[in-house]
Formats: sequence, structure tokens, C-alpha cells
Amino acid sequence: MSSTQVSSTPVQVAAPSNTLTTSIGRKVFMAITGFLLFGWLVGHMIGNLQIFLGQDKLNAYALTLKHLASVIWIVRIVMLAVISIHVFYGITLWLRNRASRPVKYVKEATVQATLASRTMIWTGLGLFLFIVYHLLHYTFIVTNPQYADLHDSLGRHDVYSMVILGFQNYLISIVYIVAMFCLSYHLSHALASFLQTLGWNKTEVQPLIKKIGYTVATLMFLGFSSIPIAVLLGIVTLPGGGH
Amino acid sequence: MNLTLYVWRQKNAQDKGHMETYEARDVSPHMSFLEMLDVVNEQLLLDGKEPIAFDHDCREGICGMCSMTINGIPHGPEKGTTVCQLHMRHFHDGDKIYIEPWRARAFPVVKDLIVDRTAFDRIMQAGGFISVNTGGTPDANTIPISKKAADTAMDAAACIGCGACVAACKNASAMLFVSAKVSHLVNLPQGKIEAAERVRKMVAQMDKEGFGNCTNYDECEAVCPKEIPVKFIAQMNREFLKAKFKK
Ligand code: HEM
Ligand code: FES
Repeated sequence: MSSTQVSSTPVQVAAPSNTLTTSIGRKVFMAITGFLLFGWLVGHMIGNLQIFLGQDKLNAYALTLKHLASVIWIVRIVMLAVISIHVFYGITLWLRNRASRPVKYVKEATVQATLASRTMIWTGLGLFLFIVYHLLHYTFIVTNPQYADLHDSLGRHDVYSMVILGFQNYLISIVYIVAMFCLSYHLSHALASFLQTLGWNKTEVQPLIKKIGYTVATLMFLGFSSIPIAVLLGIVTLPGGGH
Repeated sequence: MNLTLYVWRQKNAQDKGHMETYEARDVSPHMSFLEMLDVVNEQLLLDGKEPIAFDHDCREGICGMCSMTINGIPHGPEKGTTVCQLHMRHFHDGDKIYIEPWRARAFPVVKDLIVDRTAFDRIMQAGGFISVNTGGTPDANTIPISKKAADTAMDAAACIGCGACVAACKNASAMLFVSAKVSHLVNLPQGKIEAAERVRKMVAQMDKEGFGNCTNYDECEAVCPKEIPVKFIAQMNREFLKAKFKK
């Protein structure tokens, strides 16, 4: 096996680390946090799609969430921790992986690694920037403060009109759609990958797992993007029919 | 056929190294890739130049010594083939061929195309073994092993430790190699006794050597001359998690 040089110095064997700071341990963190983010997003998407049921349904849903304030804040804190871990390990692993090949190949080739798998850090960082913007836009209403004054006839915060006003702006809609493309591209690799990381891989079912992953990733894109697209196409309109 | 070769030349570990161009004339399609390099080297010697240094031993595809990246692919373009078993008939007249060493922080270049792969030896010394008492040879079949377990262990044991997985991985990760060794042993009853300790120690050593981390590109399995599948990496992850919960 190995090289022509025989070392005469005694072998230095690493002490086994008993914390989850090893390479595999960190990846397991990535996989678990990534899956939690995914699960949360499925719920978020189903909630959002109620916009197609009309103003009353969506605003009632938003109010229900608001009344669950303490639960919501727990979920928010947990999700903040989850995404922090995912981003922190994502970046540190990426840096370590780059450092593992200090001299690049003059002629670089790729046999079967997908583009999605090779761009995880970029789709991930894109998502991170988007999440910050999204929270400032719709959750904390910082970028467009006029949304805060919108109320429906029952005096509820008019989330329905807020979303439509937001997406009637082409630029904002494009940002959201591009971000959702990043998300589904990230997931197209991640959904098969996280099972492998957690130790589950059967060669025979792997192609099926990958297909399911691609399908779910595509559905996530279609589900989320249908909203800005429907607004831009005038399928979903303001209560007064305004544009 | 005539070929243009771009070969990595590096005097020693300290040298920076560079690509050098060589013309290989009248290459027979029946030659192996290494035989083609032998012929180039003879010409270099006749010209009073330093021949290209490369690792090789059995030239039968079983020892894992030969190691070069051809046009960006470790062991070259043929699937399931070591470079010593790669024949020139897979190339065409006029081809330009880039020949580079394995590239990884944990595999420093010794000279030209030769890299130091003792990192793999240290990973093996950390846990890639089973402990047995010496004495008489045990009787065959005293420990029953299912066909399935034996087959899986054999598939993993096909690893020849060449390091192509590391060379191909965009992260220079050694997870396919380490997982093949872990799976080879842990699928057999004799290997189960030290299973937890083994995977812990081998992974710790792998990290210490400076290999990257697996992000499931699956490039390793595509270039592995023994076609070891990435499902063994999943098994290693599983064993690693089991070992965590054991304590
Ligand atoms: C918010 C939505 C996100 C979801 C649903 C998500 C989900 C996932 C999942 C399930 C994985 C697979 C883990 C594995 O391979 O075992 C993953 C990997 C990854 N994520 Fe995310 N992620 C999100 C955001 C981010 C962000 C903001 C970053 C920024 C750094 C990021 C960076 C990465 C990287 C670099 C990987 C590859 C890690 C590896 O393969 O080892 N992700 N993601
Ligand atoms: S020289 Fe032994 S495998 Fe190629």
C-alpha cells in the first residue's frame, strides 16, 4: 500500500474524540438540523398556501398563530438555534474541505457529482441572506413598514393584503422565486444526502430515494413560488380587486 | 499513435513543482498506461534527463501501488480499473493527456507522481485490525457466518488502499477507504468485539491526518478501481453513531 518511504519514528495515533466534534459528528448535526429546517418549511408552505382560500382564511390562520404567542416564540428560538448550527457547521466544514486540497488539479474533472452537490454552500448562503430579508420584510415588517397598518373588516392584521402588495412588486417577487429555486436546488441534493449521513443507504433503493428527493424538492419550489406567480398573474388579487 | 503528455514534475517535497510537456511517439494500443510511461522514461534516460517517477508494483491491479490522476480522473477514464490495467487502446492518436499525482493535504508529494500515503497506514494502525490470541490455527467454520454477511465483508475487503477515493473527492475525504475497512471487519463476528472502539479511533485518526469530510458527492465510488459502493460510508456513519450511544 503506501509510499516508498518507511518511517522509523513511532506512530502517533490520535486519541479518540468522545464528543460530536469529529467530522462525522458535525455532519450528523448538519443532517439533523437540515431535516428540521425542511420539516418546518413543509409546515410553513402548507400554511402559506391558504392564501388561495381567500382573505378570511389566511388572516384567521395568522391570528391563530399570533394567539399561540408563547409556542411561536419557543419555535422561533428553536429554529434560530437550528439554523445557527446548520450555518456554522456548513461554513466550517466547507472551509475544512477546501483546506484538505491545498494544491488543485491543473486538469479538474467530475465524473458523477451533481452540480447541486457541488454548490451546497452557495445555495445555502443564498438562502441565509434570503431568510434575513424575508424576516425583515414580512415577519418584522421593517423594510416596508406601511404593511403594519393593514387591517381587514374584522380588525385583524391583513396578512392577505400584505402578501399581495409585497408580491405586486416585480423585484420582490423575483427575489422570492430565485430564493425558492436555491431552496429546491439545495434540497435536491440534501434529501437523499441526509439519509446517507445518518447511516441509511441501501444500494437497491438509492435511485428511488433520489427520485423522491427531486420530486419533493420540486414540489417545494412549486408550492412556495405559486404565490408570487399567482399575484403577478393577477390570479390572487386584493380584496377590493385592486392592482 | 502519438500523444502529448502534460506531466507534473516535482523534484522533492520542498520543490514547488510544475507541468512539463512530453511527446510520446508510436505508442502501441496494446501497451498499458504504465508501459507507455516506461517507454517515455527510456527516451528521457537516453536524452540524459531525469525519468518521471511514479509508484507501481504488481501491475496486475491488486496491490494498490499505482496512483496517478489522468485528465482529472484518478486511475484514468476506464471504470473499475487501476492505471496499471488501463490500456492505451482507450486513447486516440493526437490526444492530450494530463498526468498529475493524487492531490490531498494528507498525501504530500514525495517526487513527481509519487505521494506519501502513510496516512492510510496510520489509520489502519489506529483500529483497522482484530485482536486474536496467538496459538494453534483455529478450526475452520467454528464461528458460523451467514452468506450475506460474508459477501458484504468481502465486497468491502476488495479495497486495495490505493487512495483514488481521496484523490477524486472534491473534499479530499478518505471516508470510502476508512468505511471499507470498518465494514470489512464489522460485518464479521470476529470484528464485532472491538467495533465501537475501532470506528472511534479510525475516524479520529482520519480527522487528524487532515482529510476532508464527506459531502456525498459519490465521486469516490465512481473512480474506485474495486467499485466499492458508498453504502459502506453509510454503514460507517451508523457504526459511529452506535459507538457514541454505547458509552
Ligand atoms: C433554510 C433552509 C435549509 C434547509 C431546509 C437545509 C437543509 C439541508 C439538508 C437536509 C442538508 C443535508 C445534510 C446532509 O448532507 O447530511 C443540508 C446540507 C447543507 N446545507 Fe443546508 N439547509 C438550509 C439552509 C442552509 C443555509 C442557510 C446554509 C448556509 C451555510 C446551508 C448550508 C449547507 C451546506 C454547506 C450543506 C452541505 C453539508 C454537507 O453535505 O456536508 N444550508 N442542508
Ligand atoms: S501496480 Fe499494483 S495495482 Fe497497479
